[in-house]
Amino acid sequence: MADVKTEAPPANTPPKRPRGGAPEFGPQRKLTSGGILALVIKVVLLGIIDALAIFGLYVLIGKGDWVAAALLLAVVGLVNYIYLKPGVLPAKYLTPGLFFLAIFQVFVIFYTGYISFTNYGDAHNSTKEDAIAQIVRTSQERVPDSPAYAVEVYKQADQFGMLVAEPGGGTAFGTNEQPLEDASSAPDGWDKLNLNQVLRFQDEVLALNVPVSDDINDGTLRTPDGTTAFVFTSTLEYDEAADAFTNTETGVVYADDGEGNFRAEDGQALTPGWRVVIGWDNYAYAFTNEQIRDPLIRVTIWTFAFAFLSTILCFALGLFLAIVFNHPTLRGKKIYRILVILPYAFPTYLTGLVWAGMLNQEFGFINEVLLGGANIPWLSDPWLARLSVLLVNMWLGYAYMFLVCTGALQSLPDDVIEAAKMDGAGAWRIFRSIKLPLLFVAVAPLLIATFAFNFNNFAVIFMLTGGNPRFPDTTLPIGATDIMITMVYKIAFGSGGGRDYGLASALSILIFIVVAIIAAISFRSTKSLEDLH
Amino acid sequence: MSDSIDRQIKEDQLLENRMGRADGVTTMAGIADLAAKPPKPPKHVKGERRQPFGRWFVDKGWRHLVGIAAIVFALLPLAYVLSASLNPIGTLTGSNQLFRAFSLDNYIEILTRDEGIYLTWYWNALVISVLSSLATVLLCAMGAYAFSRMRFRGRRTGLLSLLILQMFPQLLMIVAIFLTMIWITDVFPAIGLGTHAGLIMVYLGGALGVNIFLMYGFFNTIPTAIDEAAKIDGAGHARVFFTIMLPLITPILAVIGLLSFIGFIGEFAIASVLLTDPKDQTLAIGLFQLISGFQSQNWGIFAAGAVLAALPVMILFLLLQRYIAGGLIAGSVK
Repeated sequence: MADVKTEAPPANTPPKRPRGGAPEFGPQRKLTSGGILALVIKVVLLGIIDALAIFGLYVLIGKGDWVAAALLLAVVGLVNYIYLKPGVLPAKYLTPGLFFLAIFQVFVIFYTGYISFTNYGDAHNSTKEDAIAQIVRTSQERVPDSPAYAVEVYKQADQFGMLVAEPGGGTAFGTNEQPLEDASSAPDGWDKLNLNQVLRFQDEVLALNVPVSDDINDGTLRTPDGTTAFVFTSTLEYDEAADAFTNTETGVVYADDGEGNFRAEDGQALTPGWRVVIGWDNYAYAFTNEQIRDPLIRVTIWTFAFAFLSTILCFALGLFLAIVFNHPTLRGKKIYRILVILPYAFPTYLTGLVWAGMLNQEFGFINEVLLGGANIPWLSDPWLARLSVLLVNMWLGYAYMFLVCTGALQSLPDDVIEAAKMDGAGAWRIFRSIKLPLLFVAVAPLLIATFAFNFNNFAVIFMLTGGNPRFPDTTLPIGATDIMITMVYKIAFGSGGGRDYGLASALSILIFIVVAIIAAISFRSTKSLEDLH
Repeated sequence: MSDSIDRQIKEDQLLENRMGRADGVTTMAGIADLAAKPPKPPKHVKGERRQPFGRWFVDKGWRHLVGIAAIVFALLPLAYVLSASLNPIGTLTGSNQLFRAFSLDNYIEILTRDEGIYLTWYWNALVISVLSSLATVLLCAMGAYAFSRMRFRGRRTGLLSLLILQMFPQLLMIVAIFLTMIWITDVFPAIGLGTHAGLIMVYLGGALGVNIFLMYGFFNTIPTAIDEAAKIDGAGHARVFFTIMLPLITPILAVIGLLSFIGFIGEFAIASVLLTDPKDQTLAIGLFQLISGFQSQNWGIFAAGAVLAALPVMILFLLLQRYIAGGLIAGSVK
């Protein structure tokens, strides 16, 4: 789009200067060039950044995360250097933008790549220690002869705790994270729940699971009613030396399988697992597993078709209207132009939701009013849903093309057209052989950009159909109108089917490659088109 | 700049008029259908009486027909939402008769529902979008200033990298962004998951790449003589930038500010992942959840919420549409 400018810096910019700043600006020895106010602002801003950084360092070192701490120190040191040292002007102006760019645009690209090689997801969410603790916790059963303990439930913020009257006579307090400890009463700041509150926080009370001691195999206390608790122990016993779980009833051994799961010999795995790097498995899964391979192919084809057809349809309608209204003495031309671009001003997310209502099969405006009570399944038949998505996206997008084409039509050089007229070319001939090619040169980069945009046009699809109707042949939450980016979103954050960050990232990387190819083509074609010009 | 374009057009069109042709008339396939419709009585008689109807139709009449059709296509959904928002029945079926009833019940309901959660969403959306777009404009202007006015090692590489980076929308990295934010939450909860500051930071990550080229091109059109004169008068770089350059590029600042504001206020995917508490969410997420699953029964209040959400954006857009069109065209055609 703007690469023209990078190729040739305009003649009126200053000639190349020695690197490391712009010596043309004022005396170099001063701390700042803008007087006292600028100095104060600068010192205050730097002070805030440094204070935040010191706080961050404190937390990171407390966690023992030395790599991150060192990185933070280096970045903050660099920032201080840039803004305190006279000169280094380009850095002074670029650092704020580049800082956010580096984290939330560049780093996350590489992080996506890394995640795509892990099994990160709902089933593998945390570290191995957490997974072990959770397995013990979820496989608990009430000890048959457990005595009943009298308990009181306490609450602080959204934390819950339990004060237990022990059989020996003492009392002890503990929470989900904190095993029981002898205490005469609950610590300060914890409030006892009355019966009403116990009922209100029923789920939290039922989930309260206080370890009896530091050894997780000793079991935990649970209370079904908020007043009596029983000891629950795990049917799975963890053996640290062997790094394996043994089922105390059946004797089955679940060992670490190297892929983030404790797995028995018959292939059955305990949930949850933990995060590990699994190499190319996510990619292999996407290309070989039949649950996902065929749907993925269909989604990919539809993504290309959607992006291509959307671009063409919007361009065609936009160009047509631009030509229609591009008449010197047409009355109300301005009113037409303003009214016609209104859809472009309507927020995208609302467009999808509003059209979803209009296209509703039973009650929607289109079926009930425009088509006189027809019962056309606009959004539930796969092909009609695809058609609907295209039409709605055309409604949303043609105005942009209209604006662009109007501008481009109006800036076509007259001398060429005049020359053609001199040579006796008719209106059609001029349009076909002169205006259209010139127009095309002007808007080609935009068409490619629009294609790339539609390739990842999340909002329209997600708001209009949500990707539905679902494919019948897969359990993954994807459907006929899903494009690749909505598929990624649903696999990573969808409610059904469990979140799978690893697989979603692998798919992201695939989209990434496609977009990179589009980008490469776009750079080439804009160059060749310029040569034409 | 648009003035010069306008002048160009006028000349072009005058020329065409003299030549007695209307461009594109014979090119459109749809004309046959349109022409087949019964001719309207020639109402527009004032200045066009001299022209026989047939010629008037071939020259302009069909354009009006197309224009009316286009307006109906463009406005019908908008009129439908407005009508639904004013209809007290409030269901999907009840909303089908356009402008049959008038009541503000839906508006009252959406504004008071759940202790005014709608206004909270509205406020959140405004705060997030305004702060993000202001910061975007400032960061871009600073970056573009450096690229346009200074020569340093890595300048070309930097521009090229930005050009490539902007091809990859942040949406693609949404999983990694989410997991990065989880990590940040552990260290700085105040700017982590569920906070507006965190979301704004993420948005700013995409700020430079998308907009800097428009701004860069605009900077290049401003003669360096201006800042050089200021320098000779003893102004430092900060003074040159803030008091001389920024006022000069106000039009492009407005365009980029407005376009990014519209983009941020409608952003759904990243916001929905990072903001989980309903009290922190924005209009886009709130309105989506309002009718997901309850499309038919909540239709009226949704329509009212949609009208309230869309109106400021559309008004702003219409007021500034000249500049927007200019900015879009500058980014493409020039």
